[in-house]
Formats: sequence, C-alpha cells, structure tokens
Amino acid sequence: MNIFESFRISFRSLLANKLRSFLTMLGIIIGVGAVIIMVSIGEGTNQVVTQQIQSLGSNLITISPGAVSSGGVSQGSGSAQTLKMADVDSINQLDAVAAAAPSYQGRYQVAVAGKNTNTTVTGTSANFTQVKSWPMLSGRFITDDDVTNGTKVAVLGTTTVGNLFGNSNYDPVGQMVKINNVPFTVVGVLSSKGASGFQDQDDAVYIPINTYRSRFLGGKSRDSIQQILVEAKSADQINQAINEMEFTLRQNHKLGFTKPDDFSIRNFADILASAQASTQTMTLFLGGVAAISLLVGGIGIMNIMLVSVTERTREIGIRKAIGAKERDLLFQFLIEAVTLAVLGGAVGVAIGYIGSGNIGNLMHTPTSVPLNAVVLSVVFSAAIGIIFGVVPARKASKLDPIEALRYE
Amino acid sequence: MIRIENLRKTYATGDVEVHALNGVNLVIDEHEFVAIMGPSGSGKSTMMNVLGCLDKPTSGTYILDGIDVIAASQNQLSEIRNRKIGFIFQSFNLLKRTTALENVELPMLYAGGSAKQRHEKAAYCLELVGLTDRMHHKPNELSGGQQQRVAIARALMNDPAIILADEPTGNLDTKSSVEIMSIFQQLNDAGHTIVVVTHEPEIAQHTKRSVWFRDGSVSSDEPVAERRFAEGPDLQLTRHQERKGEGA
Repeated sequence: MNIFESFRISFRSLLANKLRSFLTMLGIIIGVGAVIIMVSIGEGTNQVVTQQIQSLGSNLITISPGAVSSGGVSQGSGSAQTLKMADVDSINQLDAVAAAAPSYQGRYQVAVAGKNTNTTVTGTSANFTQVKSWPMLSGRFITDDDVTNGTKVAVLGTTTVGNLFGNSNYDPVGQMVKINNVPFTVVGVLSSKGASGFQDQDDAVYIPINTYRSRFLGGKSRDSIQQILVEAKSADQINQAINEMEFTLRQNHKLGFTKPDDFSIRNFADILASAQASTQTMTLFLGGVAAISLLVGGIGIMNIMLVSVTERTREIGIRKAIGAKERDLLFQFLIEAVTLAVLGGAVGVAIGYIGSGNIGNLMHTPTSVPLNAVVLSVVFSAAIGIIFGVVPARKASKLDPIEALRYE
Repeated sequence: MIRIENLRKTYATGDVEVHALNGVNLVIDEHEFVAIMGPSGSGKSTMMNVLGCLDKPTSGTYILDGIDVIAASQNQLSEIRNRKIGFIFQSFNLLKRTTALENVELPMLYAGGSAKQRHEKAAYCLELVGLTDRMHHKPNELSGGQQQRVAIARALMNDPAIILADEPTGNLDTKSSVEIMSIFQQLNDAGHTIVVVTHEPEIAQHTKRSVWFRDGSVSSDEPVAERRFAEGPDLQLTRHQERKGEGA
C-alpha cells in the first residue's frame, strides 16, 4: 500500500477520537513544554551570570598576596603582605598589560552631617576606572597627584550617595564626608554598575591608596597592597600578561628557582568559565527532570495505542481478511503513534516558547529558548513515538485474522 | 479453479487432537455456484477459513486459480486474499465510521492503484448492487440488507477469482435474504464463481451444487434438484458481463 494512504488512514482514526488523541498528546505537550521552559530559564540565567561577571571588567586579572606560613601552618591565601606599590609600577610597564591599579579595602563608617553609613572603602590609583572600564557620573576620579600627595579626596558610588544624601541622583561634588572620622572632600561620583552576585558594586567609596595607607593602616601593612587589579590589552593577551607578571613579580620578590610563588594570579575568564559551567549543570539538571515527564508522556502513548489496538481488533481482522499485509498494519499504527508524539512535540514547543516568556516576566529573570533544545525535543518526541509505538503496532500486525474477526 | 486433495486440519487442544478437516477432496470449477452445508462441528467453518486463505491446513493440497496455497507465506496469503478472494461475512464486517464508498474501496487500497481509479471502480461496484444513492452513507445509516450489498460490492472490487460467502443471510430478514440470493444468482449468471457456506437448506437451494460436510469430510456432493430462483432487483448485469469478458 501507498505510504500516503497509510498516513490518511492513520489521521482519520486519530480524528475519529479527537479527545483521546488530545489527551494522549498532552503528556508529550507537557513534557516538551517543560523541557523548553526549564532549559530557557537555565540559559537565561547563564546569560545574566555571564553579563554580570563581564561587568566586573573585561580582560580583568587580579593578583593577591600568597599565604603566610608560620611554623608550617598556612594562614590562607592573601594573608601575606608581599605585594608592594613597586610591583604595581613594574606591572604597568609590561607589554601585554593595559593598566594596573592597586587596591586596599576595608569597611569603615562614612558620615555627613546627621547621616552615616557603613561601606566598603577602597584605596586605589588613577588607573582604577580604566581597569574596571567604569565611567564617571560626575566630577573626576582620583588622579596620580592625589596618590602621590596623599590628598584627602573621595569618589562615591551611587548607592552610597543615596545612603548619605537621601537621594542617589544628588550631586555631592564639593561636599565633605567623614571616613572613620577623617574628613574627605567628594570630587566625583561613579556611574551605576549594578549588583554583581551578592555585592552591590555601587555601595563603595574610593580614596587615593597612599591616603588609605597613611590614615587607616599601621605597622607592617603600611607598605603592602591587598590586591592588584590588572587589565590585559586584549582577551588574547591575558595568558601572555599572566606569564609576564609572574616573571616580573618573582624577580621583584627575589624568589629562587625552588621557591614557590608568594602571590596568586586569578583570571576572570576562568571565573567566568566556572560560573558558566555551574549554570550549565543547572540547565542540564532542570532539562533532565523535564525529560522524565517526556518519557512518561511516551509511556502514555504506548498505553493508549495498546488500548486502541485491542479496541479495534475487529477492524484489524477485517483489514487483514481483505488483504492488508502485516507491514500495512504496522505502518498504520506506527504512524498514529508518531503523529501523536510529533504533533504533541510541536504544540509543546509553541507552549514552551510562550511559557518561557511569561515565566521569565513573572520571575523577573530573562529567558532564552535555545534552538538546539527545540530541535532536540522534537526529534526526541518523534523517537519516543517510534519506540513506544512499535510494541502496539507489532501487536496489531501479528493478530490472527480469524480470531480478530470473531472478536466482539 | 479450486482443487483440494486429502486436506487435513488438526487442532491440538491440550492432549486431545481435534481433526477439524479429515481428508477433504473437492474440486470447484469456474462459474460454479456451490453451497457448503453441514451441522455445526462438521468442519464447514474450518473449510471456509482454509478456502479463504485465513487459515493454513495441516496437510494436503490446495490449488487456487493455479496458486499453491500451502506453500505461500503469510505475506503471499495476504496478497491471495486481496486479489483472488472476495469475502462476504454473516455480520457484514464493514468498517464503522467509514462511508459505503470507502468501505468498497478498501481492497484496492491494499492492492495499489491511483485514487481516481479506486473511486471509479468502487462507484461502479456500488452501482452494480444498486446502492449508488447510498454511496456516502455510513454502515449505521444503512439497513442490514444494504450493508450486505455494500459487502458484496467490496468483494467484487478486485475482480476476485472466487466469492466466498459465510452465512451471508444469517443476520437478515427473509425479504433481504431473498434479495441477496438474487444478487448472487445474477452475479453467477454473469460468470462469477461463488461458494456459500450455510446451514439453511432454502439458501442452498438457490445454488447449483450442494456439498455436505460431516465429521470433517465431504459426505455428499450433488447438483441442486428443484433449484429456486430468487426474486430481486434486476442488476442489469449485461454490461458487467461484457466488462468481465473484456478483462479476461
């Protein structure tokens, strides 16, 4: 028999039982819809995380001091005070480095007349805005002169402006603020950068590094730097920059061949990759859970097709007596199963598209439907139709026509 | 047309072997009109299934229109049923929710051929049995007699070598029964070979030859004396006869 006739017969019998066909498809519709919604949420989250990490600064590399080891007990990375201003200067000279900025951070009380807040105060240099690719909202940033002279000037983030002056749109340039009871003049406000992870990057105050060290630090820490932020000239040059810095720092610190590094270099591309890996795992997990419901939908198809074969035993008997071959009946029932699965898959994709948009709006997370998830779930549902359709279709094709004709 | 020699069919039910057919010899020629009679348990139903290639005999010879049925595979049996045999059942066995026309088209659907060819032939067969105006009705909208006429049209669809009717009037009232037998007689006059399985002597009297079965074999085989001629609508089969003649 012609394959088109097989399709026609199958479609007719599906249309003859519209409600049942729809309910059978519902399993696949929900399955595919769920897979697409889940994967799109995962994919959307991935994009947000990527954007946030990239907003911390493109081509960004951080250098922290190594661990202090007293009597064989390590006090953890960053506990040593091995990084000096001289290191920053020599890193600034390197070929693959665009800019390097020192950083020393602490939490201090910041106050204006009648109001105060507790925020992160960072001592840094003029290069900071370039390294972090962070434009100013008003005023200016710290200059090299400020660092050299240790002037008492401060640059605020918009959240801190809001906390201190009651309105984050207020322009406080020229105002006085007291940081840890030391008066500073506000010279600029950084543009808003938004939250990264759990941290609000706009809740911050920046002052010249030398001022920070002389006013807030004592003893040994006076010469040391907590962290160096480095911007590579381009993404391709990140590895080169890391190698150059490692060499320079070992030379500066006079480390012999056998001595380990007394600093650690971290690359934001690596952090990005590991963050993406973790959101991808989440996507896979969500998709996997949803795929189980697709499997359940497939079993639903098999169940209904088995019932349908039993119910239509007499029809099968008539067709066989009249000359239908086993192959004809196999195709007829297989096509029914695959049609249910593929049609269900298509509706599921449509619902997934609409649903992921709506859920994204509801949860205020962006969603994005990846094309490969759509293709995969449609192919997968067709495969399910074949796999779960074969058993009932074979049952139908193997029926004994005499028995089938006798069936009431 | 049909040559059956020493045909046996044995069913094993538990430890007991049942010989449903126990050495049947039967020859049916072209243009014959045969009634197979016998009490229940005589083996006539098994004979019907074997004749219709629905069931394979255990041993013996069965040649249908030059084809050795015993040697045929399941697939070949399907093909023989499709092209050589026209079935008519007691309970009509039409597909529900399917129009008369589509029911009649069914055998050619499995035989192949274009949709246009199929529609034309089906319409022609329905015209033969006088149901042109009921073409698009579904079985549940037709009377028993009309449904059986649709089944006859379906049996004629692939120009079979033989028409096999299993108790064709068993579910019909007297008037419809006579009508159906009239159609059979006219088809036989037009050249069709017909075998009817029945337990009603009156039905058998409409045929030309009656074969009696008893305990799995033929007990008597003789021409019908005092043949009855059924009153029924004239099918105007002269044209059909010509068409058959052209086809042959």
